[in-house]
Amino acid sequence: MTAVGPSVEPRGLPRFAMRANAWLVYLFFYAPIFLLIVFSFSDDRLVGRWGGFTLRWYGEFANNSEVQQSLWVSVRVAVLSTLVAVVLGTLAALALVRFRFFGKKVFDALLYLPVIIPDVTMAVMMLLFFTRLFDVLDDTFGLQLAKGFGSIVVSHVAFNISFVSIVVRARLEGMNETLEEAAVDLYATPWQSFRYVTFPQILPGIAGGALLALTLSLDDVVISQFVAGPGSTTLPVFVFGLIRRGVTPMINAVSVVMLVASVTLVVLSLVAQRSRDAAGSDG
Amino acid sequence: MTETQAGIQAAEEMAAVEERSVDSAVSLRGITKRFDDVVAVDNVNLDIADGEFFALLGPSGCGKTTTLRMIAGLEFPTEGSLTIFGDEVGTLPPNKRPVNTVFQNYALFPHMSVLDNVTFGLRMQGVSKSEAKQRATDAIAMVQLEGREQRKPSQLSGGQQQRVALARALVNRPKVLLLDEPLGALDLKLRQQMQGELKSLQRELGITFVFVTHDQEEALTMSDRIAVMNEGLLLQVSDPESLYERPVNRFVADFIGQTNLLDATAEADNTVCLANGVRVAVDHDLAIGTKLALCLRPERASVVADADGDAAQTTAGHYLPGVVKRVTYLGTDRIYDVALDWMELEVREGNRPGSGRFVEGDRVNVIWEPDSVAVVPDDGSSTGADRS
Amino acid sequence: MTAVAERIDEPVGVADVERQAARERRRRGFLLALPAYAYLVFFFALPLVAVGVFSFATRNRFGGVDLAEWNLDSYRKLGEDIVFDILLRSFSLALLTTAICLVLAYPFAYFIATRSETVRNVMLVFVLIPFWTNFLVRNYAWRLLLGNDGPVSQVSQLLGLGEVRILFTPLAVVIGLVYSFLPFMILPLYAAIERIDWRLVEASRDLYATGRQSWTKVVFPLSMPGVIAGSILVFVPSLGAYVTPEILGGAKTTLLGSYIVSQFLTARNWPAGAALSMVLLTVMLMTTIIYFRSGGRNL
Repeated sequence: MTAVGPSVEPRGLPRFAMRANAWLVYLFFYAPIFLLIVFSFSDDRLVGRWGGFTLRWYGEFANNSEVQQSLWVSVRVAVLSTLVAVVLGTLAALALVRFRFFGKKVFDALLYLPVIIPDVTMAVMMLLFFTRLFDVLDDTFGLQLAKGFGSIVVSHVAFNISFVSIVVRARLEGMNETLEEAAVDLYATPWQSFRYVTFPQILPGIAGGALLALTLSLDDVVISQFVAGPGSTTLPVFVFGLIRRGVTPMINAVSVVMLVASVTLVVLSLVAQRSRDAAGSDG
Repeated sequence: MTETQAGIQAAEEMAAVEERSVDSAVSLRGITKRFDDVVAVDNVNLDIADGEFFALLGPSGCGKTTTLRMIAGLEFPTEGSLTIFGDEVGTLPPNKRPVNTVFQNYALFPHMSVLDNVTFGLRMQGVSKSEAKQRATDAIAMVQLEGREQRKPSQLSGGQQQRVALARALVNRPKVLLLDEPLGALDLKLRQQMQGELKSLQRELGITFVFVTHDQEEALTMSDRIAVMNEGLLLQVSDPESLYERPVNRFVADFIGQTNLLDATAEADNTVCLANGVRVAVDHDLAIGTKLALCLRPERASVVADADGDAAQTTAGHYLPGVVKRVTYLGTDRIYDVALDWMELEVREGNRPGSGRFVEGDRVNVIWEPDSVAVVPDDGSSTGADRS
Repeated sequence: MTAVAERIDEPVGVADVERQAARERRRRGFLLALPAYAYLVFFFALPLVAVGVFSFATRNRFGGVDLAEWNLDSYRKLGEDIVFDILLRSFSLALLTTAICLVLAYPFAYFIATRSETVRNVMLVFVLIPFWTNFLVRNYAWRLLLGNDGPVSQVSQLLGLGEVRILFTPLAVVIGLVYSFLPFMILPLYAAIERIDWRLVEASRDLYATGRQSWTKVVFPLSMPGVIAGSILVFVPSLGAYVTPEILGGAKTTLLGSYIVSQFLTARNWPAGAALSMVLLTVMLMTTIIYFRSGGRNL
């Protein structure tokens, strides 16, 4: 580590401003989340007013069959699209980091696009694509397909592959290639060297990528809204509809549940990564 | 350390504090630097004379770089007073000090051309663009990089980057130039060449150079005076010859060059008793019974055949019998590792025709002149007596 | 010696073996990439082409689309006053959002990057948590905060500043966008600043730069890749934002994202929606090209 001396740190007013800014940013980040949690326990029909403690909005949430149904759709979409994306994205990362092949540059660019493309554009793309595809299938094969669960999963996989491959790729690039050469030198077949050397090394990356994919899938509103069919509404789409019709305290409760779910995922991944790193440095 | 020695040193320090010689370029008084709980520099008193080529030498983590950074203003001392040409600079920021630094790995601005790097300091001081350019061009010529003004640092070799760093610092005509391991990143050949160039540059400009190195050979080659540091403490400040001939303790003796340290106890009449009971005559003024070590440089000892022992003893004064354990051929020299019954000695003999040749297993005597050993107090400061 | 002799005897054979091994590796790499490659070509590149095709199509009377008659009508619509207003408003709000994010994030990222490693990691985790929390929930929280009877208004009334009517204004949208995308600015900035060799800053101070000069001459230029990356990552999604303006904006502040959606779900003018999506795509591609031209590696 290079020593960082005092000349890097501003003095006087800029120093104070920088510290104040840091605290303000954190306040900005956390105050809304904190208040949302507080008001989800408020016994008042108006969402932003305190009317004493209650759990009734959580009860309402638990008894709402539409919420239950959309939650179930969301979970299935997220898990399925994550599984597919993790397999495809990891293979893609391996190919890009360790191999040279025909069309690699095009593939690389294609992998980046879903990351930076705005949601709305991707939603439009998938809507037009599926409409046209189903028309063509109907015309040529007489196949009657409709948008629904399948089209949501397909769309989610399309953007999740990219995120997974980027995370895994970063991990692979940080990994020492001589480890694999050492494995081969010690009589490992290419498969064995992947299974026993490469794979354990990139596992944290795969886990991180999977977590990101899960989160993004559970976050998505626009794309799901565009390619959903009757009976395949995801939870964010359902909640978004509720909010647009007018806020009710139950949305507070649903939001807090979604919030707790995503924070739990993050904390789990951090803990997993930390224990793995610790084990790695001990070994 | 004996009382008398400690007393002398204390007296010297007192005298130095009072005098604080007018012509010293940099002067440190009781400088201490703590990082959290770690004492990086511990109560250092040091005067660097104007026009001197001064080295701060020590193993990594000894506090030499921190000392240099405090002179540069990149760290501020926790305690003590630091003056540059008589002006207290304690917590003055680096841009207000008449010193410039050649950084380890050079710290050239990667987004600027060579010329922009060299003019940077002048521009920051408000020197006009045309004058800055003129002076920078001269400085670039001085380090023989004409024609590379528009290159980016990444387009230069390591040696060229080193020269740019030098020009960038010197163009400001600093009163003191600080160099942090300036040659550390260069390969051996280039390093030796740059050592010579730096030395003559310093002579030419007459500027005080303070440079930090962990390479004792480099320090001995280039410096007028050397300060040896270890674990934050300043151990010895002297010219290269005294440093080599009269180290003040085991650490310095061991760190500077190769040495054999023979444990001994002081006796009266300028004799000491070695660990195996052999008595040896040396100059010392230590109290009887004091633990000490004899510092015998490998090239000051020689090896003679066992049969010559008696004769050698009469002419040379001292001998120790042993067995040759290993012979290393170095071209100019031969190194004999001789096993005594209580320790091992290294002897380095010039490779002249007719000089004795021994092989492993030969029984030999190691002999030396009485005045070719130095006495160092056994203050337990030795960190690696078995350094090879 | 025998190996050398063999080489000389059969130079062609050795080259053949090497070439074959290279071909084998290339084949293996292609096979590994193939599933994702094929998937993205079919389910991403094709849809992308579809948007282009539809943007040149004609809307028929029943809200359907005639692909046979290609024309530029949908693009001509971009010049109409309503659409132009929306484009202008979206661009300015996105720019404003980007600017606010940059001003907030730069000192913040600098602060984190200059802390000790432990403090730095803790601070980063607390940036990542909002980054990972549900996007919809984060925007909804502001709906709750900014409502006419919400906490912000209540506090302001308590202070005697009167009722605050921010919700359903462009200001509320900008707050929501900044809140949503601030981490996208902080993280690349942090990455760029953290990578700066601090000895360069020290060198500039040693060369008589004041703190401010060393920031403008050294720190800021060296953090430029982070500034550009962060700005793109905030600007592009802000321009195409849909959820935030829907939740926090009013009917009068329709933005590009919402307008595109309405073309598909309510107005049923698919060619117009597709043409507007092409505008978004073009902006995205242009900013990305600018980024890579300016020497950025990856986003």
